[in-house]
Amino acid sequence: MLSKAKLWLSLALSTLLFWSAGLHAAWDLNMPRGVTQMSRDTYDLHMTIFWWCVAIGVVVFGAMFWSIINHRKSKGVQPATFHESTKVEIIWTIIPFLILIAMAIPATRVLTAAYDASESELDVQIIGYQWRWEYRYMRENMDEEEVSFFSVLSTSREEINNGIEKGENYLLEVDRPLVIPTETKVRFLMTSADVIHAWWVPDFAIKKDTIPGFINETWVIVEEPGIYRGQCAELCGMEHGFMPIEVHALAPADYQAWYAEQQAGIRQVRELAAAEMSMEDAMAQGETIYNRNCVACHQPGGVGMPPVFPALAGSVKATGDVAVTMDTLVNGVPGTAMAAYGRQLNPIELASIITYVRNSFGNNTGDVVQPADVNAYIEGGQ
Amino acid sequence: MSATHTISDAHDHHHGPAKGLTRWLYTTNHKDIGSLYLWFSFTMFLLGGAFALVIRAELFQPGLQFIEPAFFNQMTTMHGLIMVFGAVMPAFVGLANWLIPLMIGAPDMALPRMNNWSFWLLPFAFTIMVSTMFMEGGGPNFGWTFYAPLSTTYAPPSTTFFIFAVHVMGASSIMGSINVIATILNMRAPGMTFMKMPLFVWTWLITAYLLIAVMPVLAGVVTMMLFDIHFGTSFFNAAGGGDPVLFQHLFWFFGHPEVYIMILPAFGIVSAIIPTFARKRLFGYDSMVYATASIAFLSFIVWAHHMFTVGMPLAGQLFFMYATMLIAVPTGVKVFNWVATMFRGAMTFETPMLFAIAFVVLFTMGGFTGVMLAITPADFQYHDTYFVVAHFHYVLVPGAVFSIMAAAYYWLPKWTGYMYDETLGKLHFWLSFIGVNLLFFPQHFLGLAGMPRRIPDYALQFANFNWISSVGGFLFGFSQLILLFVVIKCIRGGKKATDQVWEGAQGLEWTVPSPAPYHTFETPPDPKLIHAQ
Ligand code: HEC
Ligand SMILES: [Cu+2]
Repeated sequence: MLSKAKLWLSLALSTLLFWSAGLHAAWDLNMPRGVTQMSRDTYDLHMTIFWWCVAIGVVVFGAMFWSIINHRKSKGVQPATFHESTKVEIIWTIIPFLILIAMAIPATRVLTAAYDASESELDVQIIGYQWRWEYRYMRENMDEEEVSFFSVLSTSREEINNGIEKGENYLLEVDRPLVIPTETKVRFLMTSADVIHAWWVPDFAIKKDTIPGFINETWVIVEEPGIYRGQCAELCGMEHGFMPIEVHALAPADYQAWYAEQQAGIRQVRELAAAEMSMEDAMAQGETIYNRNCVACHQPGGVGMPPVFPALAGSVKATGDVAVTMDTLVNGVPGTAMAAYGRQLNPIELASIITYVRNSFGNNTGDVVQPADVNAYIEGGQ
Repeated sequence: MSATHTISDAHDHHHGPAKGLTRWLYTTNHKDIGSLYLWFSFTMFLLGGAFALVIRAELFQPGLQFIEPAFFNQMTTMHGLIMVFGAVMPAFVGLANWLIPLMIGAPDMALPRMNNWSFWLLPFAFTIMVSTMFMEGGGPNFGWTFYAPLSTTYAPPSTTFFIFAVHVMGASSIMGSINVIATILNMRAPGMTFMKMPLFVWTWLITAYLLIAVMPVLAGVVTMMLFDIHFGTSFFNAAGGGDPVLFQHLFWFFGHPEVYIMILPAFGIVSAIIPTFARKRLFGYDSMVYATASIAFLSFIVWAHHMFTVGMPLAGQLFFMYATMLIAVPTGVKVFNWVATMFRGAMTFETPMLFAIAFVVLFTMGGFTGVMLAITPADFQYHDTYFVVAHFHYVLVPGAVFSIMAAAYYWLPKWTGYMYDETLGKLHFWLSFIGVNLLFFPQHFLGLAGMPRRIPDYALQFANFNWISSVGGFLFGFSQLILLFVVIKCIRGGKKATDQVWEGAQGLEWTVPSPAPYHTFETPPDPKLIHAQ
């Protein structure tokens, strides 16, 4: 019955709107059925309760409209005088109660299953930031490099500001997606570095808040390889609408290959960080990072949005002692929206962005900060 | 003030209202104060509506067209706060002021001076609140639910003024409720027993208790925010050992009863209007009273259904799921009773009745989505999406707001002494009805398809239903100007209203002349006029 349910829903609702559903994805009327057992169970619950509501609605509104049509004064009817009936009132208290019990039973079963995050085969930590996600893969053994990275909206500002045509995955695309294996129980451990966010991928039927000071857990077994998209669901400040989630589910073998590649990449960055950077390279890379990571708050041209987001143009912290700029970037400013970038960016990126803010927007210190300086600063434990 | 003075004061009032502005500033008359509340509420309704139209304009198409995300967040926040605290609640208090004394045969509210004060606090509270938008860093931008730490550590500096405004509003609400309770408990005319009180009086009595129970919790939670912001405490700051989830528990312990505060009086209004136009007694009066009381009780033990995604333990999730589902039972009883009242009546469909019928249908649709939202695993998908936006707008706009409009049309002849323009009233109804459904029905689809709430821009697959919703929004918004026009026209004249006004109307308010004189029931009404409802 339930497999036909979606069809019926689509038919009923789309006739209502004079459009046929499924003609275009943009007329989606219903929740996706998703790609996990949990999402299908959730979908079935959703449809069951929906049909109960439709059935009750038909009876109640049917009775009401029947009365409206037949029991109108203009038809010359005399009003009846009854105004209570204990029997009827008891019946219509009990029937909804029984329907609710019928609903509560499967809901309890699904919910209990959702809470069983035990025996996971891969653990990934998800950390919410204003306004990006960090993914950290838990290592099996400590010889491995820790794979961790930030995932930031990759839709360009020109698209958002209607300067150029919007791409297919407008606002649902990121620079580095989360990659997980299919057919594997993956457990997510969720927290936040600043305000509350919520990590939501509709195809997995997972939505969980990431809360500073708490670790929430949830899990998924994705059955189909593919790309799944979602968004932050909890209002988290200015750019809340711009922190999407993109998950690539790979077949286990492909996932292993991807993981090995990440390991190699980390070792390579470590080697490169030992090399000297030129002013041109640093400025070019810095600009990219600025437009990706900083522009939302400090604005194009570094003018900021005082008083909350200070201007970087002419800022004392950006033009004075290099250690102060370094400290601001690496450790952030606790208790404000200025996050610590020490872990979000690698030393090469940190060196470039520091060089960039010290030599842009009219700032002109002329110094080129090197990855080695940054490393020394971080290892110095400051 | 000496006793003689007080007596001569009271004597002066017999000559009718004072003249000019001071009449309104100093008034202790329940009818004047009722009108003040209603006009204030309507002003706030237009302001909050204007903010909503800014939101709908920005969401008309994907991309950022008119406003920046930072301002968008202020719009959603201010829209919510103004509509909840400025439009819906004061409208019900205004109706309570006008109607409770008339319905129970009392000469005025029990505490008239406090009544004046509770009203006059409101314009100040909202001036403070709205002025935050002109402060450095902008106004509140953390949603009407103002979750910490977004509303504390990460909030704009104007948050302190927001907190102050909430305190002032809270004080006003508490005083208003004390007044309602004192009036109903002490000032009923002889013969007006509890089980003969009109349901509007009953629902307000229960609402007033809810308000007294939860407004202090709201005051407490904003005070904790104030301390976190200025005095270095860490109630909600995890870095200092605090707990951001505690904020949500406290907020929703207030917030959930709050949503019933906004709907119980609506039940009372509809229970007055439907019998009148069905020309048949309300079905199941007793069960209506008990259902209202059960809903009020349950409203205290379901708050965490707003927080199913925060990661509560399984037992907690299950408890709040079951308790929430239970609310459907007494709510269902009410809907069935209204339908049974219409059944085998002799109905006519004047504007108040049209709004009341639309209330029953559309509020029930909001109720259905409410039951769906109670199913915790399904809520994981619905939570914080447009499905929720559609749900609570269905219960609040064609729910609470339609009931207020129904009340306005229903009692307007009694207030002004003239009949309103029925043609315009019906036009207003039909435009509002079409507008509100165009506006909110597609939002169900948007939410199910995955559109989160409170975002200024969205992915392309949400474009179609968003523009439909925006068109509906503008239609609904501008239709409200018709209401303004009808009311002004009705105040200025029209067909004289009889005392009875509506053929089937029951209750003491219809035994006094139209317009209701400045002072009514200075001597108690004849107990023979008091009938069972
Ligand atoms: C979420 C908003 C946000 C983002 C994104 C952000 N900042 Fe900041 N930044 C702030 C805030 C807020 C402050 C002020 C902190 C304070 O109160 O001292 C600040 C301060 C600074 C300062 C010190 C300026 C001064 O004069 O006090 C520098 C330098 C800076 N940020 C650089 C950056 C760079 C580079 C990036 C990108 C890698 C960045 N910020 C990203 C919010 C942000
Ligand atoms: Cu977020």
